[in-house]
This record gives sequence, C-alpha cells and structure tokens, in this order.
Amino acid sequence: MSENRETSRRGFLGAAGLALGALPLNAQHAHHAHQAVRQEKAKGPYRPRFFTPQEYRTLAKLADLIIPADEHSPGAVEAGAPEFIDFLASNSPELAAVFTGGLAWLDGETKRRYSAAFVDAKPGDQAALLDLIAYRRNDTPELGPGIEFFEWARKLTVDAFYTSPEGIKDLGFQGNGAMAEFSVPREAVEYALKRSGLG
Amino acid sequence: MPQAAAALAIGPPALFQIRRTPPVFDVVVIGSGAGGGTAVKVLTDLGIQVALLEAGPMLDPNRDFKEHVWPYEVDHRGAGAHAELYFGRQQWGYFAAPNGYWDIDGEPYTVAEGSEWRWFRSRILGGRTNHYGRISLRFSDYDFKPYSTDGLGDDWPVAYDEIAPYYDKAEAFIGVTGTREGLRSAPDGVFLPPIPPRVHEILVQKACARLNIPCIPSRMAMLTRPVHGRAACHYCGQCGRGCRTASAFASSQAMIFPAGKTGKLTVFTGAMARELIVGDSGRVQAVSYVDKATRTEKQIRCRAVVVAASACESARLLLNSKSPRFSNGLANSSGVVGRYLTDTVGFSLSGHVPALEGLPRHNSDGIGGMHVYVPWWLWDKKDKDFPRGYHIEIGGGFPMPQIGSFHGACRRHEGYGAALKARIRQEYGAFVSLAGRGEMIPNAQSYCEIDPHRVDRYGIPVLRFHFQWSQHEIKQARHMRETFRQIIETLGGRVLGAANPEREGRGISVGGTIIHEAGTVRMGNDPKTSALNKYCQAHEVPNLYVADAAPFVSNPDKNVTLSIVAFAWRAAEHLAEEMRQGNV
Repeated sequence: MSENRETSRRGFLGAAGLALGALPLNAQHAHHAHQAVRQEKAKGPYRPRFFTPQEYRTLAKLADLIIPADEHSPGAVEAGAPEFIDFLASNSPELAAVFTGGLAWLDGETKRRYSAAFVDAKPGDQAALLDLIAYRRNDTPELGPGIEFFEWARKLTVDAFYTSPEGIKDLGFQGNGAMAEFSVPREAVEYALKRSGLG
Repeated sequence: MPQAAAALAIGPPALFQIRRTPPVFDVVVIGSGAGGGTAVKVLTDLGIQVALLEAGPMLDPNRDFKEHVWPYEVDHRGAGAHAELYFGRQQWGYFAAPNGYWDIDGEPYTVAEGSEWRWFRSRILGGRTNHYGRISLRFSDYDFKPYSTDGLGDDWPVAYDEIAPYYDKAEAFIGVTGTREGLRSAPDGVFLPPIPPRVHEILVQKACARLNIPCIPSRMAMLTRPVHGRAACHYCGQCGRGCRTASAFASSQAMIFPAGKTGKLTVFTGAMARELIVGDSGRVQAVSYVDKATRTEKQIRCRAVVVAASACESARLLLNSKSPRFSNGLANSSGVVGRYLTDTVGFSLSGHVPALEGLPRHNSDGIGGMHVYVPWWLWDKKDKDFPRGYHIEIGGGFPMPQIGSFHGACRRHEGYGAALKARIRQEYGAFVSLAGRGEMIPNAQSYCEIDPHRVDRYGIPVLRFHFQWSQHEIKQARHMRETFRQIIETLGGRVLGAANPEREGRGISVGGTIIHEAGTVRMGNDPKTSALNKYCQAHEVPNLYVADAAPFVSNPDKNVTLSIVAFAWRAAEHLAEEMRQGNV
C-alpha cells in the first residue's frame, strides 16, 4: 500500500510540474513520521502511550466490534483506530477522561451482568450490552453513561477507519490527485439520471 | 511558461526586504487581503513606492499549505494534536490554509448585551484570500440602486456602468470561470472556460429546471487556463488548503509576491496599525503601528494611506485615530464610521438522495467548491414577503474522507458493526447540500464602536459590536429553507436538516459567521451621510482611501471579494492620478 501511494504521489507531482523537493516541509515531515510509525509497527506490537494494557485491550475489542473486517476491507483495528485514540488521549486530558471513565464503566457493567471483564465476556454477551448502549432510545439512568461513552467510541473509531488508507479504499475515494481537464464518466451520469427519473 | 517555472515565479517570498526602520513612502497600504493586495499591485505597477503593513506573519506556501496531505499522514488525522476538533476548539480545519481566527489571543472584541456577533479576523499575508471560497459574482445594476428599487437602504454613488470596466480588469487579472448567460441578476463578465458539472450538480440542474429556477456554471476564481504565469488548475478540489501552483486566486501569490519583484514594495509583517497621524494640514502624514515582535510603537511617514484592514478593522483604525481636528475619529465628522454594519444572510440544508447511492466511483474533486450555482431569480417578482434576494451554493460529490465526515451517519443510524459500515459505504456520495447567501439590509441596530473600557494587548482600544437581523432577513432565510426543501424533494431526496446546526440553529446564520462584513466606512455623494466619495477617498482627508468592503453602501447577494478587487483597483488608480496631479 505505501509503495503504491508513493508512486501515485510522484505521479501527481510530475503532473503538477513540481519536483519532489517542492513538497511542503510539513508533508515531508508527516510522511517521514508516517513511515516511522509503520517501521515501528513492523518491529512488534504497539505499546500504548496512555492507556493501561487492560484499557487498551478493551478499546481494541470495541473498535473491532464497531468497524469489523468484512468482505470489502479490513476493520478499524488494522486501520489504526486504537493507536489513534491512544495518541489523542495522551495529548488531551479531556478526551482521556472520557475514555478511561467509559472503559471502566463498560468493564464494571459487564462484570455486573456477566461476571467477566468486557474483553473476557462471551461474544454474545458483548453484543447484548452493545445492542443496548449503541442506541439513544435505550437511555436510562442505568445505561446513560454507557450510551454517552459509546457515542464517543463510535465517533472516533469511525473517524480513524475512514481517514486510513484502508477506509479510504473501502469508500472508493479516487481523488487527491491531479487531472489535466475535469470530466465525469458518462456511465456515472447515466446511472444517476436513470435512477433519479430526471433524465 | 512551463508549469515548474510558474510555480517558482510565485513563491517563495524570500525576495522581500522586511525592515524595521522605515523611511518615507509614497503610500502605506494597511492590510494584505483582496483590497490591500489589489492596491499594492496597481500602485507598484504604476511605479509608486509602497509600504505594506500586515498584522500577521509572512506566508510561505511551500511551508504553510497542506495541499495533498492525506489525513493518515498526521498522527491526529486532522483532529488537532490535542483533539481540539472533538471539543469545538479547532478554530479552522487543520488542513485549511492559514487564514484567520474566531478568537485571537490578546486581541479581544466585545459584543453588546442582546446582540449576537462573531468576528473572524485574518492575520497572515494574503488575509482571507488564502482560503476564501473564491465565488466571484458581479453586483448587478439594480444592486447599486437599492433605495430607488424598493425604498430601503441607500443608493450607491456609483452606477454599474462606471464600475464595470474595473470588474473586467479584476476578472481578467485574477481569472474567473463562467459562461455568458444574459441574466440581469448575474451580469456576464470576462470569463475563463467553465468547469463541467459533477454528477449531483447535473441532477440539481435538472431539478431546478423543473422548478423554473436557473442553475448555471459557477463563477469562481480558479484557473481553467493559465493566467499571468499562474498554472492552470489540476482539479484536486483543495483550494481551501491553499494552492501551491497559485491556480486559485490569493492576493498573496497573485499580487503581492509579484509586486515584491518590482523593487517598489516593502512589506512589514507583524505590524498592527494603531493610529493614522494627521498633520497641521489635516492630512495623514504617518501611520503608527505596533511591531508585535518587540511590542514597540513605530511610525512610517507617507504621502497617502490606503486602509484595507477588513471592514471592521478599518473602521476601528479610523475611530481610534482621534485628533483635535477629528475628535470623532478620522474622516468621521458625519458619524457614519462603524455604522451600517452588515453580513450576508446564511442558511443551509442538506439532503440524502437515494438516486446517487451506488453511483460508479470516480474522481469528483474538481475545483474546491461548486461547478454550478443558482443566481437570484425572483428579482423582478413583487409578491415575495421580503425584499432583495439570495443565491444558492451547491455541495456534494465524493469528498476526501475527513475527521467528522461520518458523524452525521453515526447520529442518524446509531448501531455498530458490519451494518453501520455497509450503510456508510452505501451512502457515501449520496448527499447534496444547498447553502443560501442573501442580502442583509443595513439597520440602525447593527454597528460597531470603540468599547470605552477595553484595550487589546497592544493597548489599542477594541471594538464593541451591536447586531440584529430584521424581519427582512428572517423571512428571506425562511424562503431559502422552503426552496431548498423543494429542490431536495425534486431530486427524490430527503431533507436531513440544517447542514450547519451549530451556527444556523435558529434558522439563520449568526451575524458575522458568513465572513462578509461590509458597510462600516461607507461611500456617498453627501459628506454629511458618508465618509468616502465614490472613489473610496475620504471626503475630509484627500490622502486617505479605504479599499476593503467597508465602503460598500449595500451588501448584495453576490459575495464581496470580486467587488473589493474592482473598487480597490479603481481607488488605487484614482490615488495614483491624484498624486501625479499633485493633489495628494
């Protein structure tokens, strides 16, 4: 994946008439940082900056349940959602509190209901609890904190997935390149006209 | 010219002398946005020595623009290193061009009780033009005669035919796309070829045709052909991030950097204008500014001044320039400075359009913004319940996914897992948003003045804002809502609600948030009811010109920037001629 992206970047820069050296410093820096993260990942498992091992396992399980792998694409864990949330929590006490509090609530509630921490609970039990806290219509004083937390967990997991190479590919986004002239495929226009009844 | 050479020619701005010990200049220009940039260009082209004061830092496109960066290339993906986006503390998108702020540390403003107003201020070379939407619409003939048309507001001292040659010059220089349509509400201009519509835009055009609403190619300051050494657009859709090839107009790249090569321009960055100093002759003889780096006051002596600090900052500077002769603020014997404050009326709706689901994927980036738009179409209809009008801006397509792109999907669908993932995939690209931008009529409750109790960190008295929409604007925003509902339903879509609930929760934008402030140093023929003459020259101070949207007598539904360039161009030529004749 990263090799392809590098190729397309060179392709773009060629098209726009820019030398590779003309990349803005921040992009170069970001690119290097990105490469460094990938190399670090290749060395072994990610070591969380902020979360405890138990919190991080729970967070990763949650991310996997929110955006799982399917026949189209990998899931949020492979797309780096736990790392993304860990990075932000390490720099934002406010966000850190949302997640430590929420993860503790989740473990407490799973223990109360199923006598196990969330990651150790049976898949059916995990799903049963998420089926409650994933919907505002279930809001009660008992479930309220869980519903509030799940909205955060879902939002950040979704953000992490769809801003990753895996998520961008899943959506089929084809831009961020260069075109000599702008045009749209005729088949796309015909598809929309036909389906809309406006054609 | 090969594109690589073009890119080199417009940056990096290491060519400037940046000085801290100034000599006497012919003209000091205050502010480097659309108005200041135009004044710099026109004056230096005429061989006049110019000093440009910018309150923010120098812009370096190669350093500052995040064009083409993928979100995953930064650890926080665009949320901000401290997760600012998630707590509403991100002032402007992480990937956006450096542009300005809703709040500036140490530079407060106040809002009077009962008013709601937000003031966006830019602090960088090029000002808001580094980022703005680049919608470039001429005011119409009737826009210059609002009082004669409906008895509200005042007529301009300028007719369309007088300013039209300057619209020609402005369009030819900055580069504007468009087509000749012959519509009275949207006068034709000097256009580059238009950009073909995207798929959703073709649907919107069809839906509008059914509703008898015009929907025409947009008029945008992006280059579909090379212009003046600036490369043609490469259609990445990221104009808002700043464009390293300067294919989207910005005064910094298109006007100020080239002027730096003439040897006629000296730029002072970090220079916050404090006061215009008037001599015994009653003319401005120096500009006092705070050098932010050293927090010391400095002065530049000059023959003339062009104030283009943005409408409200320009008013603030004049109001803070008090002297025995001008006890009410400079050029303000009329008392109009700070009055007649307007912003554009904003309201937007988005809709989900099932016909677009499953649309064959393709690159829909294009230019950064709409390829077609709806010009005002009811200008000659008398049976509306509000005066004036609005245009409609159209959004949609397959945007680059960003942090927040699917927060709406999460709210609407809730749940999790494979089902949520499948819905997001299915819906991607199946949304259309419609944003109305309409005319506000100046009213007595909307103005800015010096707050008698506050100064900023440089000791400069700050502005206090008063602002109210009237029923004219509220009814207009209701008309927008109804029109947008009809268009979305004609597309077979479902209205999802306000596209911008935070700022339009009451059915109309919060004043100031469309960032089209105008009117605070208005022009007119009568010195008793206006501060400037028809050339943007102060009635009382012949070597003082104002060249942003402050001189505008009304704020038509056409966005202000193209008209700022046209009026600033005319003002700068007038000033040069006055200097040549020895009048200034």
